[in-house]
Amino acid sequence: MALDRISILDFRNHRQTALEDTARFNLLVGANGAGKTNVLEALSLLAPGRGLRRAKLPEMARIDGPGGFTVAARLQPADGAEPVQLGTVVDAAQPNRRRVRVNGAERSALGLSEWLSVRWLTPAMDGLFTDSAGARRRYLDRLALATAPGHAALSNRYETALRNRNRLLSDDAPPDPQWLDALEAQLAEHGAAIAANRRALVEELNRELEAQADALFPRPLLAIEPTGPEERAALAEALRGNRRTERRAGRTLIGPHRAELAVTLADKGVPAARASTGEQKAMLIAITLAHGALATRGRAGLLLLDEVAAHLDPQRREALFARLAANGEQVWMTGTERTPFDPILPDAAVWDVSGGSLRRI
Amino acid sequence: MASQEIETLASALARLPGLGPRSARRAVLHLVKKRETALPALLDALLSVQDTLEECRICGNVDTQDPCGICSDPRRDAKSICVVEDVADLWALDRAKLFSGTFHVLGGRLSALDGVRPEDLAIPGLLARVEAGVDEVVLAMNATLEGQTTAHYLAERLEDFPVRITQLAHGLPVGGELDYLDEGTLAQALRARRPLG
Ligand SMILES: Nc1ncnc2c1ncn2[C@@H]1O[C@H](COP(=O)(O)OP(=O)(O)O)[C@@H](O)[C@H]1O
Ligand SMILES: [Mg+2]
Ligand SMILES: [Zn+2]
Repeated sequence: MALDRISILDFRNHRQTALEDTARFNLLVGANGAGKTNVLEALSLLAPGRGLRRAKLPEMARIDGPGGFTVAARLQPADGAEPVQLGTVVDAAQPNRRRVRVNGAERSALGLSEWLSVRWLTPAMDGLFTDSAGARRRYLDRLALATAPGHAALSNRYETALRNRNRLLSDDAPPDPQWLDALEAQLAEHGAAIAANRRALVEELNRELEAQADALFPRPLLAIEPTGPEERAALAEALRGNRRTERRAGRTLIGPHRAELAVTLADKGVPAARASTGEQKAMLIAITLAHGALATRGRAGLLLLDEVAAHLDPQRREALFARLAANGEQVWMTGTERTPFDPILPDAAVWDVSGGSLRRI
Repeated sequence: MASQEIETLASALARLPGLGPRSARRAVLHLVKKRETALPALLDALLSVQDTLEECRICGNVDTQDPCGICSDPRRDAKSICVVEDVADLWALDRAKLFSGTFHVLGGRLSALDGVRPEDLAIPGLLARVEAGVDEVVLAMNATLEGQTTAHYLAERLEDFPVRITQLAHGLPVGGELDYLDEGTLAQALRARRPLG
């Protein structure tokens, strides 16, 4: 099954953890602080990026351990070809440097994403719909990384142009108009591309969400509410026209950095922020699954769902399990108890987690 | 145990780009062993560079003569100017031997964040050269956001001159520095230069 023969060494509270004979559904059950989320975090390091806690590498090395850590696993590719050995290693001598190995050869972190697509949902994301617009933009942009490969670079360039323009606008001296022209040309070019990526993603997600819809699961409807024009020439024009106002404000008030990702409950037309906690959770799960369908594209998929059964009533839980079963990705879930997972136990590998140690049950 | 003087030399060498403490130590050892031959030769070369190094008053290149070797080479097409951010970029492009014109070193790129403004760059010199009669200006800024902003800015400043403005199609990875490109890629970037859109 997707990932197997997983080995986690000196990572967080895991000294030496081995997971074998994995299944479609993999459950980690144990008390608070046992080390369940730590296992998911370790697996999330088999993809590029900072992992599901977005933590710094030295923080992940086991306290009282040798300093570095290792996460390794064997991957059975989706097309049934030869298994691939994936690994992320941090040496004690270079605690800030992540080394990636694919079949024993040193690769860049991006090398991992050729084989595996990893997505996750954690309790830290629960407040997304009531959080700031910026948090939702960052969430959307993270989803876009999987579908629009250049999106991160684009965002960086846009951000640099924006900070330069804001600095000129907030300067005591009047800004050089030709310098503003040059920066606005860059903002318009990259801003339009960012807006287009986001729009394409939202459209695809909505299509996928509609295809996956079922009566038990509330369906979210996504929409982008821009501030200012999204098209390149119009955005450049609007930025130029806004100079006086924005000089007073000391910053740029229009562009994709001010867009809002609006989410509503499709059937009721209620904004997601006003839906019940359980409905919000179900919507996040629905988006995560829909995104999986877009992001996996022939690769093996890994879905990490931390404490996902909490907040869901038994009916919704059943609906979730039915969807996960239909989805084809390998699923890793955590919980403090086993009972909520009863319906899938026949198809599940279950581990009891306690004090950073795992016991197969 | 090495003396204070030898330690000082090793640590000065270790700070050079491409070297480190270990390779610096090897270089020092070599110089100590060959103190009759290699050491005086290196010393002479260093001293003569130090004595003669100058900034070219025309293009801003650093050379042992002013105007620099490129500006005073009669085979070079002085009516074609390639504008670069730094001397390192000039050397990288010149090494590729694909550009038959001359250069102009700006001395940086526009950055409000780093406090680099138009007046901090060698723009008046460039405008004066263009005013005196130039057919083509190739803007060869780095692919970074600030490099490309600078190219756009210069294109606008040059708008009213009867000169063809082209831009290096270097298709670099974002943040790529011109100097780190291999010569084949540079050649491609120069051949595929395009009018500024
Ligand atoms: N670098 C580390 N070294 C050792 N233990 C750590 C490290 N980082 C976190 N921990 C411990 O891991 C435990 C939390 O594990 P976690 O997987 O989040 O628990 P849960 O099972 O509730 O998901 C805490 O007891 C914490 O102290
Ligand atoms: Mg946890
Ligand atoms: Zn010169």
